[in-house]
Amino acid sequence: MPDRFLPSEFIVNVDHQRCRRCKRCILNCGFGVFDFQNMTTADSSKCVACHRCVVFCPEEAITITRNPLAYREHASWDVELRKAIWKQAQNSGMILTGMGNDKPWLNIFDHLLIDACQVTNPSIDPLREPMELRTYLGRKPDRLEVKLDSEGKIVLENPLENNIMINVPIIFSGMSYGSISLNAQRAIAIAAERLGTLMNTGEGGLHEELYPYADHIIVQCASGRFGVHSKYLNAGVAVEIKIGQGAKPGIGGHLPGEKIGREVSGTRMIPQGTDALSPAPHHDIYSIEDLRQLIYALKEATGYKPVSVKIATVHNVAAIASGIARAGADMIYLDGFRGGTGASPAVVRDHVGIPIEIAIAVVDEQLRNEGIRNMVSIIAAGGIRSSADVVKAIALGADAVAIGTAALIAMGCRLCQKCYTGNCSWGIATQRPELTSRLDPDWGAERLVNLVNSWSLEVKEVLGALGINAIESLRGNRDRLRSLGLDPATNEVLGVKPVGK
Amino acid sequence: MSLEVSDNSMKWRFDFSRIPSACGLSGFINRDGNRVGGEVIIESMRVMNERGNGLGGGFAGYGIYPEYAEDYALHIMFESQEGKLACEALLKENVNVEKMEEIPTEPNERIVNPPILWRYFCKPRAEKLNETGKSEDDFIVDLVMQINTDVPGSFVFSSGKNMGVFKAVGFAEDVGDFYRLGEYKGYAWIGHTRFPTNTPGWWGGAHPFNILDWSVVHNGEISSYGTNKRYLEMFGYRCTLLTDTEVMAYLFDLLIRKHRLPIEIACSVMAAPFWKDIDRTNGDERKLYESLRSVYAGALVNGPFAVIVGFSRGLMGLNDRIKLRPLVAAEKNEYIYISSEEAAIREICPKPERIWAPRAGKPVIALLRDGA
Repeated sequence: MPDRFLPSEFIVNVDHQRCRRCKRCILNCGFGVFDFQNMTTADSSKCVACHRCVVFCPEEAITITRNPLAYREHASWDVELRKAIWKQAQNSGMILTGMGNDKPWLNIFDHLLIDACQVTNPSIDPLREPMELRTYLGRKPDRLEVKLDSEGKIVLENPLENNIMINVPIIFSGMSYGSISLNAQRAIAIAAERLGTLMNTGEGGLHEELYPYADHIIVQCASGRFGVHSKYLNAGVAVEIKIGQGAKPGIGGHLPGEKIGREVSGTRMIPQGTDALSPAPHHDIYSIEDLRQLIYALKEATGYKPVSVKIATVHNVAAIASGIARAGADMIYLDGFRGGTGASPAVVRDHVGIPIEIAIAVVDEQLRNEGIRNMVSIIAAGGIRSSADVVKAIALGADAVAIGTAALIAMGCRLCQKCYTGNCSWGIATQRPELTSRLDPDWGAERLVNLVNSWSLEVKEVLGALGINAIESLRGNRDRLRSLGLDPATNEVLGVKPVGK
Repeated sequence: MSLEVSDNSMKWRFDFSRIPSACGLSGFINRDGNRVGGEVIIESMRVMNERGNGLGGGFAGYGIYPEYAEDYALHIMFESQEGKLACEALLKENVNVEKMEEIPTEPNERIVNPPILWRYFCKPRAEKLNETGKSEDDFIVDLVMQINTDVPGSFVFSSGKNMGVFKAVGFAEDVGDFYRLGEYKGYAWIGHTRFPTNTPGWWGGAHPFNILDWSVVHNGEISSYGTNKRYLEMFGYRCTLLTDTEVMAYLFDLLIRKHRLPIEIACSVMAAPFWKDIDRTNGDERKLYESLRSVYAGALVNGPFAVIVGFSRGLMGLNDRIKLRPLVAAEKNEYIYISSEEAAIREICPKPERIWAPRAGKPVIALLRDGA
């Protein structure tokens, strides 16, 4: 039987009329597609359609097409299912994948429409009037004690404490050093500082070089405790306990030994070349009261910095979130089932968890019903693709959103979903020095700043159309959303009326 | 959101959608506490006939029931005698009624289909207060909420002490005549005429909105309605009327009565200063406004509004943070006037000593003088 039992997904074509044999494609491809034997040759079976060669070919000589090979149609036996079986029949094991869920599940964001002002109330022009996006993350008291002193001066007895101010309600999600390159993390850190927002270390510790960005960093404490020490915990403005991740709810992580070079090893505090295995649960958290202990241990260790708890959105997310709020968390990071990852078994990525839209709605509603919404900020992630999604997520009840995949795409990622191979041609999801060195942190940072600034402009434009000039007046304002094409039960869960109502 | 509303009786109360409306407002106070007849506020409102379309008008007078000053004066409208009986049974259980009577009216051809209108001067029963452990005010608020949501065909539209709200579907001046306001004397009056963009069939939807001694007349559409409503629900308020003004009234009640914030501070929550202005302050002041905006983010009222709020100690006028609706104030001797239009003030006070346009988000507060 031939080695190549599976046909190539893509066909790489080099136009030899145009090719000047400069060999840039050979250098640029992280997956070893190209070779040179008198002329440039391509092994299509290795191509992941990441476009690195296409972008860097000075002669535009390379085209990549989907392999048009016909498969006998079968409504039930989708081609992808057949390919999965062929792969597993060949090499026993789970099918790995990267990035977020790529299955065509209903995308609720795309069924929500935003309101605008006409006649009865004026819309506001964001170019002429202030339009405020500033957001405070953290626990807030349910009321303020304000008194007048004997001279009639106003005295605030319980000022807001331990909150983090962000200029835009968009932060960067946790992507560890190890899963992405140090240059990618550098770019994100620079961008977070310039934007006045936050980045998140993910579970890979914090490289010494990033300590100067401390005011814009959330440090993560995950089940593997990689790189967690007291200086690290105190390095950021908040600590996040990562319980789960949207792309792989309920399971641990595995960073293969070949990605654990000297720098990653030092940052993660594990021997070079060993696999970094994150357990599925935290082995000191088997229940909600254990979470409370860790939350307060981290608060004690950091002088009471805000603590965030990150969970994957699962069926019972509302009750879990309520428990987390009562356990003392200051922020709840909800990671929807479209959230990205460096590596996940496809079966989990594609079939476990629930959409972020539903999770925001039910968590916000549950916390309000219990009168404890003020105790936590809700950060929504896992499927935020555009400024429209930002607006909708906040209108459903989130305080802010986090973006991971969108940030990577801004830095060149083509969503080839091969992060787990460590061959990322764009220098993002790789530790190979010849690949990571091609991502210039300043270039990446500029693109991230451009992206977030663009989305901010768009959010402001929509707010103006809504006649709202502060983001908090959008938060939980489901009255300004209508659904189109969702079933009544989903509408009720979302707390959104159908169009026309 | 109307999703949870299925009870047929509720249809009497509102038509399941929020009604945007524009309006005219006027109010004045005699800061010495001297009482003047209700015909004065009717004359002020008559000038602003243009600002309404005959689909809602109303008034609130303060100091009008001195003989029952210690009783809660519940003004209730009933759809039917059955509704009235059900409501009165609930009242009997919970309050001692000092006096009950039909609200005097002078029917005219421009005010049609009036509901049954009665008033009850009452105090919470002592054993009920002990049983529930609530303050008198909280007890009355909860009772009003209960009647308005649970008793079919009954609606309490006024529940303060020594004050009363009078409202109907019609032009303000006709509503004032209908209720014979000239026969009452009060130290403060507010009035409202309404221009809703569809046809409400219900008297309860007219302004002022009232809870305890708080009455609100409002011109505006709240763009943050969903946020404000859901915020209030966390504190036990039930927004049953789906109107913006109800939200305004409850926010004032929450901030000033329940959270005991000074009026100026409550105003800077609802019409919050911009961050760019807060950033220019320092130290305690900056911390105060940063805390207010963060903690009370759900109480920021966004969108165009001008309100006049009446309460036992005085009147307050406030505009939204970028002044998208008109509001004028004036002063003469012990009187302070607040109105949508200067003309409405000059009609009842031709030569004020001072007349000005209050700045966006900056309240005009006119309190009774000490001892008044």
